[in-house]
Amino acid sequence: MDPLDRAIVNRLQDGFPVSERPYAEVAAELGTNEEELMRRIDALLAGGTLTRFGPMYHAERMGGALTLAAMQVPEHDFERVAVLVNAHPEVAHNYAREHTFNMWFVLATETPREIDRVIDAIERETGYRVYDMPKLEEFFVGLRFPV
Amino acid sequence: MDLNVADIMPTGQLTVDATDRRVLAAIQGGLPLVARPYAEIATRTGLSEAEVIDRLGRLLESGVIRRLGVVVRHHEVGYGANAMVVWDVPDDEVRALGRCLAGFDFITLCYQRPRRLPQWRYNLYCMIHGRDRDEVLAHLEWMVKRCGLQGLPHSVLFSRRRFKQRGAAYFAGTDNGSS
Repeated sequence: MDPLDRAIVNRLQDGFPVSERPYAEVAAELGTNEEELMRRIDALLAGGTLTRFGPMYHAERMGGALTLAAMQVPEHDFERVAVLVNAHPEVAHNYAREHTFNMWFVLATETPREIDRVIDAIERETGYRVYDMPKLEEFFVGLRFPV
Repeated sequence: MDLNVADIMPTGQLTVDATDRRVLAAIQGGLPLVARPYAEIATRTGLSEAEVIDRLGRLLESGVIRRLGVVVRHHEVGYGANAMVVWDVPDDEVRALGRCLAGFDFITLCYQRPRRLPQWRYNLYCMIHGRDRDEVLAHLEWMVKRCGLQGLPHSVLFSRRRFKQRGAAYFAGTDNGSS
């Protein structure tokens, strides 16, 4: 990433205008032009620096559901379970973590009821309990990474 | 004053109508890289550009869309380590401590979640990102000091491996858009 790429990534983590010519607006702020900005975003997406350029939704406010789920999986069985869990399209992220609770994944569904359905399915398929850890209160969602 | 987050941010889902959902579904996969992206969304949804802009503005204001913009693959931009730090905090102190933790710029998420006794005692979660493990641990030490968390049981769950990082799909058939 060169300085312009960095400026673009930082600027676009703060938001994107909702106006007729949003790229032109941001480009002017960053001292570049509309065409170059679009080209750079495209390249950052293609190169894997960015996973997405679009909306970050508030699941519950759309009527959808989101939860964090955890499992305790013996090391020898971890790969098999990971494949089964990741095969569900409702699994948005999945991380192996250092703890006896060693698999942590986010489930996102269109309705709250579907969370239970996916959890039941994963328990059946894997033979291990899935601990549902829904948020009770949110103190902060920033997810901003200065580069 | 001790306002509940839920009190000050009422759920806006009742204000999301069928047309809004069409617009939300149309941008779920990403904003078009064309000079007038909202005009293209308008074409796809059978609305006018002005109406798309108006609806997206309202959806942002009500918090249904947390933000428009980019999501970085944090590992690829130099954040090589992340830990989920979990605390066992007395229930009546969770809110104050959660707010204290949420104030640091290296914290990206902070939530209260239920305990699952006896296997899981922790009820306050935060994510810390850093260049490497040492940086994450230094951040943690600073937080503990500043928020007075000394002596409270906690556990640091460094990530070993990322299997999947993509946006969640809220609208069938596409693969994107999450918090």
